[in-house]
Amino acid sequence: MSGSGIGQIVFYAVVLVVLAYPLGRYMAWVYSDGFRVPRWVGLPERGFYRIVGTTPARGQDWKAYAKTALVFMAAFAVLLYLLLRLQGGLPLNPADLPGVAAHIAMNTTASFVSNTNWQYYGGETTMSYLSQMAGLAVQNFVSAAIGMAVLAAFVRGLARRSTSELGNFWVDLYRSLVYILLPLAVVLAVVLVSQGVVQTFSGPETVTTLEGGHQTIARGPVASQVAIKQLGTNGGGFYNSNSAVPFENPNGLTNFLEMLSILLIPAAQVFMFGRMVGMRRQAWPIFAAMFAMLAVGVAIAYPSEQHGSQVLRASGVDLTQSTGSSGGNMADKEVRFGIANTALWATATSDASNGSVNGGHDAFTASGGAVPIVNIFTGEVIFGGVGSGLYGMFFYVFIAVFIAGLMVGRTPEYLGKKIEAREIKLAAVGALFVPTMVLVLTAISVVTASGLESIFNNKPHGFSEALYAYDSQANNNGSAFAGYGATDFSALLGTVALWLGRLVPMVAALAVAGSLALKRPVPASAGTFRTDGATFSILLVGVVVLTAGLMIFPALTLGPIVEALL
Amino acid sequence: MRTLLGSLAAVVVLTAVFGFVYPAVMTGFAQATFPGKANGSIVTVGGVPVGSSLAAQAFSGPEYFHPRPSAVDFDAAGTSFANLGPTNPNLARDVRKRARAILALERPYDPGLRIGDIPVDAVTTSGSGIDPDISPAYARLQAARVAEVRGLPLERVMTLIGDATDGRSLGFLGEPGVNVLELNLSLDGTSPR
Repeated sequence: MSGSGIGQIVFYAVVLVVLAYPLGRYMAWVYSDGFRVPRWVGLPERGFYRIVGTTPARGQDWKAYAKTALVFMAAFAVLLYLLLRLQGGLPLNPADLPGVAAHIAMNTTASFVSNTNWQYYGGETTMSYLSQMAGLAVQNFVSAAIGMAVLAAFVRGLARRSTSELGNFWVDLYRSLVYILLPLAVVLAVVLVSQGVVQTFSGPETVTTLEGGHQTIARGPVASQVAIKQLGTNGGGFYNSNSAVPFENPNGLTNFLEMLSILLIPAAQVFMFGRMVGMRRQAWPIFAAMFAMLAVGVAIAYPSEQHGSQVLRASGVDLTQSTGSSGGNMADKEVRFGIANTALWATATSDASNGSVNGGHDAFTASGGAVPIVNIFTGEVIFGGVGSGLYGMFFYVFIAVFIAGLMVGRTPEYLGKKIEAREIKLAAVGALFVPTMVLVLTAISVVTASGLESIFNNKPHGFSEALYAYDSQANNNGSAFAGYGATDFSALLGTVALWLGRLVPMVAALAVAGSLALKRPVPASAGTFRTDGATFSILLVGVVVLTAGLMIFPALTLGPIVEALL
Repeated sequence: MRTLLGSLAAVVVLTAVFGFVYPAVMTGFAQATFPGKANGSIVTVGGVPVGSSLAAQAFSGPEYFHPRPSAVDFDAAGTSFANLGPTNPNLARDVRKRARAILALERPYDPGLRIGDIPVDAVTTSGSGIDPDISPAYARLQAARVAEVRGLPLERVMTLIGDATDGRSLGFLGEPGVNVLELNLSLDGTSPR
């Protein structure tokens, strides 16, 4: 490890906190009733509400909110599937690509509508420009906005009293899209283009190289898509190698900004929550818990990758870090990012449910590769996906409060609201359903002949590939040990993971919010367990680590832990 | 039913705005302000495109600096990782083969070269398969060969390496790398083949 590497990681953390705080404040305002914009800015907003047939002032209860979100997702899923299947005969297809195969299209549709962006395909070799921009990039905006809307509704459930109304889905969706995601995406896309990220409708360029060979360079509307894939915790690259490809991520500056964008909105949403419930101190323990788990991940991944893999260490080549070489495990990594920035990216992208990569995770060392597996397995709550990360974390918050309540022998409360059997049951479903599904699907995939076909690497690493695949899809991350291949069977298994992994926690969160909104807060007393201090932060980390850690430990021993000992 | 109709309308409107207007406006902006970069940083020699400064291309001749290994044979329209895990015997085999090839290529010009002098990026595939850079250490390792084959003084080649080195962004973000295509083009300009 180097001073420069550590310095860059610290700089990243500082900039993240400094930007997240004001953005959280802004977002709290955007979702509030007091949000006002100039008349001309609000014109399309009113038009949108008329087109979808909603009265913005009329709130929805949790069931209506959930139903609207689900129907909307279903409508988009049908369109996306048809677009992918039929792209061969549609315009904006300069590379003349055929329609996407049925099993890939089915998996990809689930993947992008669920904000996952797991990719069983190589972007530049599979998707037409039309599919990329009008299909996949639109989902990058919309699926992110749905997560953000649900979080807004969830936080209102905490903040409101004696009401069933959580807000209006269409209003939350529009505001997430137009007042938060779009401006950030435009700014980021402009900077990316200025640094060399491709943005064109021209087709591939074929050149004769200096030694007389031929090289075809894939192009397309890349920057506009990369910007939102990073900001909306999507992660689906225009190119197969994602942000490792120089046309998506040409230098240290773009790498920093893309990496910052991964965690920016999820981190800001913690502060947004504090403001929306009118108790800003409540945000810090949650933020601190997430931040601590992020730091631990980097502190494992960076030295692991710098140390290098068994094969490289045995090869006799020079792995030492120096001014002229990053050293360490450079397999499937890029020179301009080196070890520190690839390890930090891998940690950030798996803490958030982003899933973009700037290097190949499959080639990571056993311990370095275990970091994303575990991060994802927490249910994507270490900042997590936009919206989904924080509402996922609240499942753990309720469990933590419940455990604290059991210890002191009082009915647990959070923000003055009693956390009762219904909330705890829903929180348990929200927190435990997805990890259970990960283990079941992984097990199915490694005991069936059809499942085993997908595995690319040898022995324990092959098991890690399967574990990573269902971990990533069920938790809506999208990164991969990318050797894991698409078959009809794995695409189907993945599709199940993608849909259930998105929908079950989302509906559980709205149901909890609905029941909390009905409650009347009770005044705090001397016996109230405080949730705005360091004690709660530590308890929360403990609950996450115990819940997720105990569930994944047996699987880890079969994969990364065995491999580390080889 | 109302929700369904509203959803369908929203699908149409949002696809139009975020699927067409947004990328079209960004493309218009990009083409107006940074046309070279927006079209793939294509490098031309005498008006003829020869590659992109953001994509490695294959070099095998001894008069050129060589890029890092590629899992996709430098296909800039089919990028990929190698995906070989940390204990994969195929990775061991590939690394050994590449190290031997480097020693065989460079030793005639640098007899003291040992395997322990080869920096790790020289024997590992890149993430994209088209990593345009090599580490400064790997560039220096190849300098003696290129200088001798081209009949250039070693210091001259070292200077060209320095010129083709992209430092960290803003002085501190990322890692330094030597752009192989730019370096080889400047060599061709200095001493035509």
